[in-house]
Amino acid sequence: MNPRFGLGLLTGLVMLGLSIPAHAVELLGAGATFPYPFYAKINDVYAKKSGTKINYQSIGSGGGIQQLKNQTVDFGASDAFLNAEEVQSMPGKVAHIPTCLGAVAITFNLPGVAHLNLTDEVIAQIFLGEIKMWNDAKITKINPGVLIVPLPISTVHRSDGSGTSAIFTSYLAHRNNSWKTKVGAGKSVNWPNGIGGKGNAGVAGLVKQVPGSIGYVEQLYAKQNKMAVAAIRNDKGTYVLPSEESVSQAAGSITIPGDTCVAIVDTKVTVGYPISSFTWLLVYKDLKLTPEKAKALKAYLTWVIHDGQAYAEDLGYSTLPKLAVKKAEGIINGLTLNGKKF
Amino acid sequence: MQPRKRQTIGEWIFKASLVLSGGLIVAVLGLMCLTLLTHAWPSIVALKWKFVTTNTWDPITSTFGAEAFVIGTLLTSLLALFISLPFSLSVSIFLGEYAQRGILSEVFKAMINMLAGIPSVIYGFWGLFVLVPWIRTFQIWVGIPPFGIGIFTAALILALMIIPYAAAIGRDVIAMVPNELKEGAYSLGATRMEVLLTIVLPTARSGLFAGTLLSFGRAIGETMAVTMVIGNSNLLPTSIFAPGNTMASVIANEFSEATNAIHVSSLIELALYLFVITAIINIIGKWIIQRTEVSHG
Repeated sequence: MNPRFGLGLLTGLVMLGLSIPAHAVELLGAGATFPYPFYAKINDVYAKKSGTKINYQSIGSGGGIQQLKNQTVDFGASDAFLNAEEVQSMPGKVAHIPTCLGAVAITFNLPGVAHLNLTDEVIAQIFLGEIKMWNDAKITKINPGVLIVPLPISTVHRSDGSGTSAIFTSYLAHRNNSWKTKVGAGKSVNWPNGIGGKGNAGVAGLVKQVPGSIGYVEQLYAKQNKMAVAAIRNDKGTYVLPSEESVSQAAGSITIPGDTCVAIVDTKVTVGYPISSFTWLLVYKDLKLTPEKAKALKAYLTWVIHDGQAYAEDLGYSTLPKLAVKKAEGIINGLTLNGKKF
Repeated sequence: MQPRKRQTIGEWIFKASLVLSGGLIVAVLGLMCLTLLTHAWPSIVALKWKFVTTNTWDPITSTFGAEAFVIGTLLTSLLALFISLPFSLSVSIFLGEYAQRGILSEVFKAMINMLAGIPSVIYGFWGLFVLVPWIRTFQIWVGIPPFGIGIFTAALILALMIIPYAAAIGRDVIAMVPNELKEGAYSLGATRMEVLLTIVLPTARSGLFAGTLLSFGRAIGETMAVTMVIGNSNLLPTSIFAPGNTMASVIANEFSEATNAIHVSSLIELALYLFVITAIINIIGKWIIQRTEVSHG
């Protein structure tokens, strides 16, 4: 080895060693890809502020749940709350901490049409393949004055398992019985027709390219790429476009259960957008960590639901409504360490 | 005496480390197969033959029938093989017989090697941005749903991707045809084309077949590029322009978010079949090539 290179390497290693404070706690998390830009930002801010380094791997909700189950991470993250089977398979009780809200936008490609109104029933029938043409009476009736060309409808869905699909399908399953019995809700479902694209980019690319197509993407993605987005009718009968504001409004109007595990599929306010969901961090209710780590985790979670919220809207996510923050606070304070309060 | 003894020890250590690293690779292969088998076992036991004879793939009700994926895989790979065959054969003949040396031949070889080295995601992008709009124009012109993506598009991309493999092996086996045979034919007054058709191709036949088989093996396992252009529909394809799905792309799509145990196991069962099929194709291909080499050697 070249002696100068060796010396350089040695200096580098020493400097690397010195740059890590001796007592810094590092928390390890893994899961959902959808809120990753938000987590990356707040984790960076939090590390600078508190000295606690958060190592978050966006490997997908499924992987996050799996790693939490195997106790190889300190916290998991998921876009869909654990279902009964997943709860059963966990070695301990799992707490869901909501961190922000993400909405699903319905995007379309109709030559000459920039604004489109849709209802839950029409969306379900389109994705079930029951409405086949864009000039179907059910569509033209809710879009008075819009000239819709007689084009066949091609539906586009996510081919990869995703939280976005889970939010979209649980909206349809809640609102439409036929969808519930024929398809159901989940991250991957048995789509009755249409084509699949990988990731938001895949769906967006197909919708942009295929005339007469309709698909769904994260609201953030639709906004950044200036895609044509449909207004959806809510329970108050108004057609609402997705935005950080309309999503937060909708989430603030619903009854949030104690464990915060709820899909936001309807709204009691006029300006609320009806297709969205919380995204959660998952931790064991009874932590099996060192006292140091447990304290750091608790402090981190508390920071995320309060100060961390300030970074959500800039990145296109909607902030937690007050009621959700309060519920989350209760959950965080109820965490125990090896069966004891800490 | 001393230096000599040290040398033998060094020699022994060197040999042992070679055997060890080689053995490690073989062990990894065996263990990989074993891992696939153990993880696929729950789904093999639960679903039995229904796994390949039914075509409902519904993670919500835990119904897993992979028929549509098996058919999609075979359809795209076979179609790709037929499309690529005239091109790979032409390249093999040109490089193995007409331009064995010289600048043109070197340039050609370099280009083909480069084609083989392009990452598959780039093929996928190219397919999505260039090939798909062409196919869509054609579909609008013919009057079928203008998806642009589908089985046929995936087969075209695959064909392009496997040409270098078939061509490289084809070139070698054609160049390996003994000169005495060709000279004999020339001395009897045969033209170049006659020599090619009656001497070279029949002699190289089994090697060409093996090259094709190996490229077929590659087409079956190709994932990224196919996922991007095939349309990822879990229904049985109704025509070659219809969207479809392959075993490899289903695994790539669903594995990271699959949480249900039987869903994960079913995806691993698909991987097991892919592993076994490609292994068999590779073994047969290699065996045929080896036999050809021995008979000429």
